Amino acid sequence: MAKSLYEKIWDAHEVAPGLIYVDLHMVHEVTSPQAFDGLRLNGRRVRRPDRTLATADHNVPTDGSKIAAQIADHLSRVQVEALERNCEEFGIPVYSIGSDRQGIVHVIGPELGVTQPGMTVVCGDSHTATHGAFGALAVGIGTSEVEHVLATQTLIQPKPRSMRVHYRSELGYGVTPKDLILATIGQMGVSGGVGHVIEYAGDPIERLSMEGRMTICNMTIEGGGRAGMVAPDDVTFEWLEGRPAAPDPLPVDEWRSLRTDDGVEFDREIEVDASTISPQVTWGTTPGMVAPVTGEVPEPRTEGEERALRYMDLAPGTPIREIPLDRVFIGSCTNSRIGDLRAAAEVVKGRQVSSSIDAMVVPGSQQVKAQAEAEGLDEVFRSAGFDWRSAGCSMCLGMNPDILSPGERCASTSNRNFEGRQGRGGRTHLVSPEMAAAAAVEGHFVDIRDWERAIA
Amino acid sequence: MEPIQVIEGGVTALLRDDVDTDQIMPKQFLKRVERTGYGEFLFYDWAKEPGWELPHNPILATGRNFGCGSSREHAPWGLEDYGFKAIVAPSFGDIFYSNCTKIGLLPVVLKEEDVRALAGAGEAAIDLEKQTVAFSGREAGFEIDPDIKHRLLNGLDDIGVTLGNADAIERYEADRERSGPVTTAL
Repeated sequence: MAKSLYEKIWDAHEVAPGLIYVDLHMVHEVTSPQAFDGLRLNGRRVRRPDRTLATADHNVPTDGSKIAAQIADHLSRVQVEALERNCEEFGIPVYSIGSDRQGIVHVIGPELGVTQPGMTVVCGDSHTATHGAFGALAVGIGTSEVEHVLATQTLIQPKPRSMRVHYRSELGYGVTPKDLILATIGQMGVSGGVGHVIEYAGDPIERLSMEGRMTICNMTIEGGGRAGMVAPDDVTFEWLEGRPAAPDPLPVDEWRSLRTDDGVEFDREIEVDASTISPQVTWGTTPGMVAPVTGEVPEPRTEGEERALRYMDLAPGTPIREIPLDRVFIGSCTNSRIGDLRAAAEVVKGRQVSSSIDAMVVPGSQQVKAQAEAEGLDEVFRSAGFDWRSAGCSMCLGMNPDILSPGERCASTSNRNFEGRQGRGGRTHLVSPEMAAAAAVEGHFVDIRDWERAIA
Repeated sequence: MEPIQVIEGGVTALLRDDVDTDQIMPKQFLKRVERTGYGEFLFYDWAKEPGWELPHNPILATGRNFGCGSSREHAPWGLEDYGFKAIVAPSFGDIFYSNCTKIGLLPVVLKEEDVRALAGAGEAAIDLEKQTVAFSGREAGFEIDPDIKHRLLNGLDDIGVTLGNADAIERYEADRERSGPVTTAL
């Protein structure tokens, strides 16, 4: 019987109906302490510490602190120390603050090669879908489920429906995977994917790097999807070759079979013409409130949109390019990998951050940071006036000291523009790394396509 | 987890769409390592807006895609601690929905017009066994996964149930064990 990539992985992991075996469980400090407490309370052990990996990312400071004791914020320190203690007690490997493998959980998994095709991956974080870029079935879970997976290595999961987003044609000059996924969410809506595992397919996806595919899969949850995935191919295998956790040799023949068979019918299918997509900028308080950079802030059509425009302090009809900014954040599990930093550095090279802007770059992992420094990217950013930080989630969600002040407006490469997400009263516009970098230089949004031509 | 049979009483209305879990439980409260006491932080920033009212009731009627965004279980913990026992909406964020069912907070999907009517009614009785919401002299039916329903009706501990099936997990592991990724060998 013809099967989709998703069904092949699902079927291979069903221990019992609705009970899925978990190949890799990634853990971080914020959604795990109560789960470990639950284990202790019930005298339960961690079933597979060898399939579990932890890091501290959500509330670590990005000031270069090397040990948890240096974290100034008392509650953050307690939480990171609890993670370290819990991992020690239950035998789970942990890359905490100070480790050269520490970083955002969805950056370090692929970086270490623990994320592999055909696997099931879970993490107490909604952006777990990122790992689906490798042809894995990766779902975000809550703390009760974290405890369940720790204790049983399985997840109770009613089977989601299937959906395919089929891209055709090709991405235009200056248009990035971030723009592709933002435009897709704009098209299908922030609840368009609810209850579905989404496979992204078509030539524009096959031509993307692993980093680009991760950006796409990462934001699946912003369209409501349970998981996002891309079929593995040579690009995937090249990424994995030689990574610390990758098998040697890679089981390439087995992995090549992880494709959706011809003739499979999805519960839902949408088509997106990649060639019609321009660089995107969000104007509202959901990722679906998005417009091309050449466009304007729209007339609100719903109460929600009216509320969003009030919160964002934007008038309908304002050209997107005239929106002035206070802050620029380049980072997050969506866009903080070496390719993102290279792309942003290329834009700012030899230029200066606008005097009205406070701009920062937060590499996704300490390894990304080290690689960027080896390539001299830190110097490019620093001499342009960017703050160059250590790895963590940082201002994507503002759990550490990196936050917006009330009223501040930020161009951000992260994934959520919710009210107060980056700091209470802060206003977030989601963009690609290239667009964020150009906006930092100009002090407002610019169409990266014209801008690059103008300076070439 | 307490078994759920009938949830009866007042209905609080929050008729906004796409309410994300960042609004329900803002980030600064995620630094706590406890599982209880989140009710006082519920909708922390919205609660400061003029005209905000969120009466303590067993039932919350709300908008489409409620609980979208972050997987933080702190959001359902806060709603439950505040006194809600059921959330009724036209649709939910997937992770939020699942998180609610893990702590015995009943998520109920009704058509948008029914949610609005329920909000207007002010009182309702939700019968999980019958899968109905009764208000204003009428009943609306809702769907729920039979396994989730069974666990909620009986207040079962998921982990205990799954561990009762440990043989199946062991058989599965024996059948399909393969090399890597071994996180402890990195």
